[in-house]
Amino acid sequence: MIDIAWSQFTPGTALAGGILIGLAAASFLLLNGRIAGISGILGGLLTPTKHDIIWRVAFLAGLIGAPAIWMLMAELPPIEINAGYPALIIAGLLVGIGTRYASGCTSGHGVCGLSRLSLRSLVATLSFMAAGFVSVFVIRHLIGA
Amino acid sequence: MKYSLASLFAGLLFGFGLIVSGMANPEKVLGFLDIAGLWDPSLAFVMGGAILVGVFAFALARKRTLSFLGFEMKLPTNNRIEKRLVIGSLMFGIGWGIAGFCPGPGLVALGAGEFKAVVFVGSMVAGMILFEAIERKKAASAA
Repeated sequence: MIDIAWSQFTPGTALAGGILIGLAAASFLLLNGRIAGISGILGGLLTPTKHDIIWRVAFLAGLIGAPAIWMLMAELPPIEINAGYPALIIAGLLVGIGTRYASGCTSGHGVCGLSRLSLRSLVATLSFMAAGFVSVFVIRHLIGA
Repeated sequence: MKYSLASLFAGLLFGFGLIVSGMANPEKVLGFLDIAGLWDPSLAFVMGGAILVGVFAFALARKRTLSFLGFEMKLPTNNRIEKRLVIGSLMFGIGWGIAGFCPGPGLVALGAGEFKAVVFVGSMVAGMILFEAIERKKAASAA
């Protein structure tokens, strides 16, 4: 019933990249004792406390700076953003409010939460995955955008 | 200083992981979320690879009271499954499906100089500010 897009499926680089993400979360946890949850790290900057700013900015600088450093070594893989501006604004607002409301996103609940076998994070992950599937189904197959 | 350097390192490694895995590309993420179309299972392999490493890291972390750099271990203690967890996650998922961006890939694409990612991240931060404002108002009316 499900048609696999064999020409787009990249299990090798997906697994390798996933392992790198796991190593990033593992080093943040084992070096600093914290969960590498990106929405939380960014959101925490909006209500900053004194010793809480620099490390958040440092983490985000690493994330945002990654493509530039990557480009010193190799060509950056394509980034295709087909959503229009109104869609990007609505999507951004929903992702911003939703991840703060749920205290986590794909990294905090998905990667870290499932890694520590948290039922709470499993519920969050299943919820955003299900909503993502429905959202794409409605947009691509019902509205046909 | 050590704390911030380790944060920078982790952020950078996280960004490389998103680039290598293809997840910085919203079209690839949408290929996973589109199960009714031609389905690209790659995202499941990314999650699988990350969790494979993460399981060992958290098992090790649970046995420690201090991190390897000597900082307090701050593991989540909230295990309640409340309405806001589910409703927030559903809102996030809908937004994720609209543009194919979650917070990490949005920030990486912004770093790659994609203007559309700047618009997404700007809106996401606006959403987070809105959340803080709502929370403050709620706290004020409850007090």
